[in-house]
Amino acid sequence: MRTDELIELLSTNVEPVDHRQTARSIHIAIAAGIVVALGVVFITLGPRTDLISVGALIPALFKIAATAVLFIPASIFLIRLARPGGEYRTPVSLIALPFITIMVLAVITLTSAPGSHWKETILSDEWLECVISIPLIAIVPFAVIAWAVRQMAPTDLARAGAFVGLVAGCVSAIGYAFHCADDSVPFFAVWYGGTIALCTLAGWKLGPKLLRW
Amino acid sequence: MVANEAELRSLMRAGLRGDAAAYRVLLSRLSANLRAYYKGKLARIGRTATEAEDLTQEALMAIHTRRHTYDPSAPLLPWVHAIARYKLIDHLRQTRALMSDLPIENAEDLVAQDDHAAIESAYDVKGMLNQLPDKMRRTIQLTKLEGLSVAEVASRCNMSESDVKVSVHRGMKALMASIGRKRAPQ
Repeated sequence: MRTDELIELLSTNVEPVDHRQTARSIHIAIAAGIVVALGVVFITLGPRTDLISVGALIPALFKIAATAVLFIPASIFLIRLARPGGEYRTPVSLIALPFITIMVLAVITLTSAPGSHWKETILSDEWLECVISIPLIAIVPFAVIAWAVRQMAPTDLARAGAFVGLVAGCVSAIGYAFHCADDSVPFFAVWYGGTIALCTLAGWKLGPKLLRW
Repeated sequence: MVANEAELRSLMRAGLRGDAAAYRVLLSRLSANLRAYYKGKLARIGRTATEAEDLTQEALMAIHTRRHTYDPSAPLLPWVHAIARYKLIDHLRQTRALMSDLPIENAEDLVAQDDHAAIESAYDVKGMLNQLPDKMRRTIQLTKLEGLSVAEVASRCNMSESDVKVSVHRGMKALMASIGRKRAPQ
């Protein structure tokens, strides 16, 4: 086939397209991921029993808000990275800022407590459940978001994959925060931060295979 | 000729609204840039002009099928360049060449030159078209090759207009996919 024949084929009666459709489908995928994560947490794990008391609601809201500080810029960057060439105009390293802020907060809280308490603060009763739950809950949101991102033809698959993992990890952590009853900042920083980082790493590794178009 | 970002962008915007003439001009301008880009990159690693033509067509198809991902408020050429480079890397990966041969570049590389040579690619679209289901093949034939309007095709094939649109859309998707598969086993 000659190239001018192909151009004829592509341009004759070309259909108008709506460029807003693509970003919309990622928004819908992320929203669906949140619904799935909340559904899984409320049905299988159940919300923390003391959720209605103020003493529990405020730390739960702190965990959700702190995750959202990471989640919101990550979603914005993901939508940019999802388009061809998006990697050239996205300052992805800025995403480290919320991470670092939480870590600094955690270190401040830890150093204000006696050293003998460090171990029980971080390795409390719930750490194992947290480490297993957040990545597991993230699987379905990850798949849904990855599917939507693939439709947008990302051209840096590893980076786009990492952000799919990051967003899915945040979505999962927000859901898990309704169940988790450990409210210490160091616990949150280490295990929420760690599992979200793990999801990001998994996305970075899987991106080139899953997002190829 | 050095491609003019503003001009190409306005052609693209018109194309997205369904202006076939503007879209045709855009694709033929871009095809010349793409051909020169691929010839330059492939010649350096001893590949043939046919391969450059295959890639040019593949990039044009990618631009077409992914045109909804272009954000009209952003510059067009970086978007085209990202697709062109993505297709090149994908091609080299499939043909097992060393990707480390590809030097760092920027979007200006794409429009540095033009090339209008008329070489045929390895794709036989007519043959692939014949493998599509009857309804898709016929609607594509009439709308895309003979240039009839959707309304004319609908009355000629006894289909509703929306059926014709769906059939053409699915058929084009299948056609692009079969071209993509054809290149994979190389």
